[in-house]
Amino acid sequence: MATMAQAIRLALHYGEENLGVKDIFGEDVGPPLGGVFTCTQGLKNAWNSPLDERGIIGCAMGLAIAGQRPVAEIQFSDYIFNTIDLLKMCGNTLWCSNGIWQVPMVVMTPVGAGIHGSIYHSHSFESIMTHIQGWKIVMPSCAYDAYGLMLSAIQDPNPVMYLIPKALLRSQGEEKIPGEPENPKELSKMIDAPLGDRSQWKPKWPDLGDPKMPLGKAKIRLEGEHISVISYGRMLPLCMEAARQLADEGVDCEVIDLRTLFPYDQKTIFDSVKKTGRVVVVNEDTEVTNYGEHILRRITEDCFYYLEAPPTLLAGANVPGIGLSEPLEQASVPQLSSIINTLRKVAETA
Amino acid sequence: MLSSKEQKKIYELMVKTRVLEERLIKMNKSGQGFFWIGGPGEEAFNVPLGLLINKGEGLNHDFLHFHYRQSATLLTMGAKMIDVIRQMHNVAADPYSGGRNFVNHFAVKEWNVVNVTSPIEVQYAFCIGTGVAQARNKAKGITIVTGGDAGTAEGEFQSCLLWSSRKNRELPILIIVTNNRWGISTPQNEVHPKSGIAARAKGFGIKTAAVNGNNPLTSYEALQKAMHYVRKERKPFLMEVFVSRLYGHSSASGANWVGGEADCIREFEKQLKKKKIMKDSDFQKIRQKYEEEAKKALIEVLEEPKPDPASIFNHVFVDRKDAELV
Ligand SMILES: Cc1ncc(C[n+]2csc(CCOP(=O)(O)OP(=O)(O)O)c2C)c(N)n1
Repeated sequence: MATMAQAIRLALHYGEENLGVKDIFGEDVGPPLGGVFTCTQGLKNAWNSPLDERGIIGCAMGLAIAGQRPVAEIQFSDYIFNTIDLLKMCGNTLWCSNGIWQVPMVVMTPVGAGIHGSIYHSHSFESIMTHIQGWKIVMPSCAYDAYGLMLSAIQDPNPVMYLIPKALLRSQGEEKIPGEPENPKELSKMIDAPLGDRSQWKPKWPDLGDPKMPLGKAKIRLEGEHISVISYGRMLPLCMEAARQLADEGVDCEVIDLRTLFPYDQKTIFDSVKKTGRVVVVNEDTEVTNYGEHILRRITEDCFYYLEAPPTLLAGANVPGIGLSEPLEQASVPQLSSIINTLRKVAETA
Repeated sequence: MLSSKEQKKIYELMVKTRVLEERLIKMNKSGQGFFWIGGPGEEAFNVPLGLLINKGEGLNHDFLHFHYRQSATLLTMGAKMIDVIRQMHNVAADPYSGGRNFVNHFAVKEWNVVNVTSPIEVQYAFCIGTGVAQARNKAKGITIVTGGDAGTAEGEFQSCLLWSSRKNRELPILIIVTNNRWGISTPQNEVHPKSGIAARAKGFGIKTAAVNGNNPLTSYEALQKAMHYVRKERKPFLMEVFVSRLYGHSSASGANWVGGEADCIREFEKQLKKKKIMKDSDFQKIRQKYEEEAKKALIEVLEEPKPDPASIFNHVFVDRKDAELV
């Protein structure tokens, strides 16, 4: 099956063929490289921008205002921080103009740790991003969702921030993207650029479809009775593995993949927590004023009388960065072992 | 050369704007509006700009990324005095922001006026995008961006110069900087190099012009030339326009007549009289006409309702969907 990087590429190809996307741009996004993670390889409308994040966001907003459907990339979310006031404006332009100017644009940017990226290739961004109003914010945890969410993001009339869990970009999906060939090797032959000179190379695109994945809808990845585990992005597969291991101990986890962080799927969350009475939110952003704290606050207010254990957040340590060395990274962001321990503890709380 | 009729029209629009701005200042001082910022002192440039804009919606018309001193351009394009007064009084009927934003923060979709916003210089980043779209589509429209001199210290100014001047990827952007020699209270010579703003564009190979913005006729001509270049060559052009700031920065600095700066309306009156195009009594009549219009508009606006508090969630997202966390 396609990797997440291939899935994003396929989605962008679908976008330029069927959804009017004429600009897919950012630093090293166009040929010859096609993105530092290959997400934009071989796309006919991909182009290299100057190394200027504020210019990139500004350009995307102008394109959106002009009725285009731009997809802009910030190479790493670690470098998006100098655009925050512009992101605010992309998100508030509709509101400030009382509905006059719509800003249909997508910004994609890789987030999170897991690739030994050290201090400036490991930042998370969702806690800051969810403070910026007027944006929809998505983060896939698998290739199939990466594809579907991108198509929906492009079609949404609002600005959409598409956070890419960079450590998952090479992971293969389990579900087939509509139109994807059976054999992953075949797909690779069709759409992965050759090493070395690629000036003559052209991808061969499969005939793709749109799975019509709505924004704002979570997915229950695993049903269970004892404890609700709410996560997304890179932490989601770890939560699934933790749930599998805990099943052997008789702990029955329900794992929810939020997929859209804003507007998030309140109903799925509340229904689950009301059923299990126990909840852990898992993400890798730093823990103070963490996005998960908001989810827990709403759960505390709305599901209080159903709760049987303290609603719990497992998140990154509140430190300025992720250190390069393995023990430093492991101590900074949740690991399989810490997820298992936290879930077990909450499950066992009497 | 502009005909007498055209000159008269420019004069009328300049006065109309000045009268409106003075009315807005009065409104602020008498508690009928929370904050005033505007463009008295820039009329001689901004009226010709309004006259020369290819007005309309979409890529085949000019995209306008303005700052908060552009009232003369908007009135010239056909904005109504009463609507500006509505924004000043932040009533629901304010067509630009529904009572959400400061006065002179225009937004008009039918004329490609992208909403004016408070953060300095961001429009120089956003204009890149409309420029890219127009360049690609070989559209008839160009992109026009305006802002002040102090703001050019921000990175977006350099972004605009750089993105618009990339070889074979030039963008049809008319980059305008109105230089009033101040950023609120900071004099230009304290924070900017002596060489001036236009000189910075030259480093990018961008053609430039320095313009006396206190003279509507030379402004008109200079704009015509610059616009012709951008429209035809599909390349950027920078105009540094020297203007006055007749009532200071904004109501935050008192909004009082400063004195000692050239008043473009007085200067133009002298010219018009000398050329026998108009006389003192004409000037008076025109001023009176607009003072009455402004007063009448104000009386009407004072009766209009303020926005509904429940409307705060409107337009967070398109169609209001998903805006409210129930
Ligand atoms: C990014 C940003 N910083 C600071 C301010 C506060 N501020 C408002 S106007 C202004 C001065 C702007 O001067 P200039 O660019 O010369 O334009 P002018 O107002 O003189 O026309 C400042 C500092 C702001 N609005 N935005």
